[in-house]
Amino acid sequence: MPRSAVPGQTLVYEDYARCIHCGLCLNACPTYRLWNLEADSPRGRIHQMIQVELNQQPITDSFVDHIDKCLDCRACETACPSGVEYGKLVEHARARIERDYSRSWLATVTRNFVFRHLLPEPHRLIDFAYVIRLYQRSGLQAIARGIGILKLLGLAERERLLPRIDDNFFFGRLGSTFSAAGPRRARVAFFAGCVANVTFSQLNEATVRVLTANGCEVVVPKEQFCCGALAAHAGVRDAARDLTRKNLTAFLCEDFDAIITNSAGCGSTLKEYDHLFSPDEPEHAQARAFAGKTRDVTEFLAAFGLTAKMKPLPIRVTYQDSCHLLHGQKIREAPRALLHAIPNLDFVELPYSEICCGSAGIYNVTQTETSLELLAEKMHHVKSTGAQTIVTANPGCLLQLRAGASIHRSNQEVLHVVELLDRAIVSA
Amino acid sequence: MYSGLIREFEDLLGPSSVLYRPEDLLLYEYDGSIEKGRPNVVVFPTTTEHVSRIVKLSAEHHFPIVGRGAGTGLSGGALARTGGVMLVFARMNRIFELDVENQRATVQPGVVNYELTRAAEAHGLYFAPDPSSWKSCTIGGNVAENAGGPHTLAYGVTTNHVTALEVVLPDGEVLRVGSTHGDAPGYDLTGLFVGSEGTLALVTEITVKLSRKPEAVKTLLAIFESVDDAADTVVDITARAITPAACEMLDGWTLRAVEDYIHAGFPTDSAAVLLIEVEGLAETVAAQAAAITEVCHAHRAREVRLARDNAERNLLWKGRKNAFGALGRLAPSNYVLDGVIPRSKLPQALRRIRQIGDQYGFQIGNIFHAGDGNLHPIVLFDPRDKKQFERALQAAAEIIRHCVEIGGALTGEHGVGMEKSELMPLLFSDADFALMRRVHDAFNPDSSLNPGKIFPLSKGCGEIRVRHSSSSRLRVD
Repeated sequence: MPRSAVPGQTLVYEDYARCIHCGLCLNACPTYRLWNLEADSPRGRIHQMIQVELNQQPITDSFVDHIDKCLDCRACETACPSGVEYGKLVEHARARIERDYSRSWLATVTRNFVFRHLLPEPHRLIDFAYVIRLYQRSGLQAIARGIGILKLLGLAERERLLPRIDDNFFFGRLGSTFSAAGPRRARVAFFAGCVANVTFSQLNEATVRVLTANGCEVVVPKEQFCCGALAAHAGVRDAARDLTRKNLTAFLCEDFDAIITNSAGCGSTLKEYDHLFSPDEPEHAQARAFAGKTRDVTEFLAAFGLTAKMKPLPIRVTYQDSCHLLHGQKIREAPRALLHAIPNLDFVELPYSEICCGSAGIYNVTQTETSLELLAEKMHHVKSTGAQTIVTANPGCLLQLRAGASIHRSNQEVLHVVELLDRAIVSA
Repeated sequence: MYSGLIREFEDLLGPSSVLYRPEDLLLYEYDGSIEKGRPNVVVFPTTTEHVSRIVKLSAEHHFPIVGRGAGTGLSGGALARTGGVMLVFARMNRIFELDVENQRATVQPGVVNYELTRAAEAHGLYFAPDPSSWKSCTIGGNVAENAGGPHTLAYGVTTNHVTALEVVLPDGEVLRVGSTHGDAPGYDLTGLFVGSEGTLALVTEITVKLSRKPEAVKTLLAIFESVDDAADTVVDITARAITPAACEMLDGWTLRAVEDYIHAGFPTDSAAVLLIEVEGLAETVAAQAAAITEVCHAHRAREVRLARDNAERNLLWKGRKNAFGALGRLAPSNYVLDGVIPRSKLPQALRRIRQIGDQYGFQIGNIFHAGDGNLHPIVLFDPRDKKQFERALQAAAEIIRHCVEIGGALTGEHGVGMEKSELMPLLFSDADFALMRRVHDAFNPDSSLNPGKIFPLSKGCGEIRVRHSSSSRLRVD
């Protein structure tokens, strides 16, 4: 098989041949469930990759379209009896597309800006957030929505998915250390994310509070950057590799007990940092060490044990599995165990909670229509639970489900698991 | 030559329901088997009326038609062996009725097996046939292949759960056979269509029985130091008139591969395990479990474990249902066979399979429905090695031949399809074929529905045609 020069990754025949085309993945795949097309199923996508990689067929518009439509939710990996590492394959395919295929001028410029200049650069992210906040707070948003200009520009759907920008950014907390309440049981590093610093500051604050309340000293390393997940998923591996190098330096300077993230999407990439480098690159060993220490906040707390006193929360909640927690990191029980630990919480399982809500990183922006279709299906099931609160474990899912609750007028609150824990914890 | 037909299909179904570009057709040339066959056009109807119109249009243009559900079949039944029109039922996936009181469901053929059970579950009901592909395969596919599964032993195969069908004949005529409740008078036409592999008619609506979830379930894992002991145990359990809901065997080599991947709790140092499930009223189940444990010990079982809860039970079944895939991790490709033997000949058949493996140079894994003698030997191979691939096919044919010789059959539940059509003369005489042909021709005289399936293409009796080209889909430059 020809070596395709994708930075830091070489796939071999066996990586593809492991798929025995049994089709057990089909009904687990959100896009197959929507359209029932082989081309938009994991098995069909792998077959298309085989044509490109092994049989050296050219990268066609059709190939790019079907690979773009994949959510990279990795539900197929959970369903696969053969252990096909689909996530690895699809990221490789996307890197090949990035290298060998010309997208439209606008797409190229936008992708380049977002992955190489916006997400990796905190000051640009902050400036960008200021502009959006101005739009949201100045009344411009209301005007734009009112006069229908968004509809005219074809942006109405996307605009609804725009996150609300925080009043205070979490960026200000980088470099801080928060001491444990009571005796210190662990010293952990907190991975704050990128966009989360301007849109999920409250979630980050809550995470720090829950960790400290349970006996963790929390260090937020100053020189940390975006994890690179969005870039890696999009095939922009050079940007992802650059960010990884910076984070390796920021987090491996000290022997923390764990590196903690509240974002399942980031966590799944952080735990696979070594996939971004080939074994002969010097970063590979460091990346493995980093990956070995990374814990999702729910995974960490469930294993660490909750010691903080919690008050009863007599509300009905349901839980949407975040794909990169359930399928990417194979964590199903930890978030549920934490919810069960909250006194008087009425927890009901959400039917089809293992199916993606349509957020999928930037998927809701790039494939808005499909994303909203998946969201509609999701909200239908959410409503059936009668829950007042929807709980999930990833910022992207929070955004999507909040948009869902608003679009479908379900009047439900959407929280991260740690935000609910934060509410229950009785502060000392 | 298909352009006229494609336009007509697009007028009927809309452009998003008709595929004809080479890159799209390529994705419909495979299923779960090692066979291949590429259609010329693929269509996605949503109603019976669509199906009837598609059939009529295809007939006008003299193109053959093959139906397909999810494409998880293991015998190439849903592949276009001679090209033509492929009719994919996946979008005909509505559950029309769930009649809880009478335990019936009426569904379109594209409903996924698991989704029907999921819908019925809330009412304490489920659809009993449970092939390993149940999470993706369709009820229509189950009907076409008369699919089985681990619980076939107590509950029967798909045909035992289908009470009525709506079918479209090759001339486009829509018929209904069977009755929702009770036994339809006259010929059992429903029984005739179930398992006919899409060669008599296309099924467009299915009424099935739903089974009630048992009051109690116990799942046992019996661990043995020898395959013979495990096999003897199966024979003895049934001889004592105990009918477990399921009785599955995994040999040592297989369970090590499975355990390595699934961590189901299978002991990796044993020679074989039996996964036995008993269901029913709590008292009966306890008595049966005790009786089975006694039989296992009588045949030198090292240990008999009882699953403590649902989680443990599900994990054991996950290990079983994902076993083929788990073995698939050990080689680039694998060939899952499907043969039936009289239960009493299990020990002998397993010994013979081992011999055949040695002779052709393969380690052959055995995971199967031991209770009803339905073997699934699995041969691992690398499709890049053409000689090895041919040896795999020869070993497979030899195993199937042995099954037939000792009084069994050449398929238990996967169907004949393309895979076994050339082996059919092992089991059937020319007179048998003539009779089957008359039934076939009564419905499908021009062989326009799923041609090249079930009946052997070659004339030779008992001669096994060995393919000379690798039919695996992975091509290496």
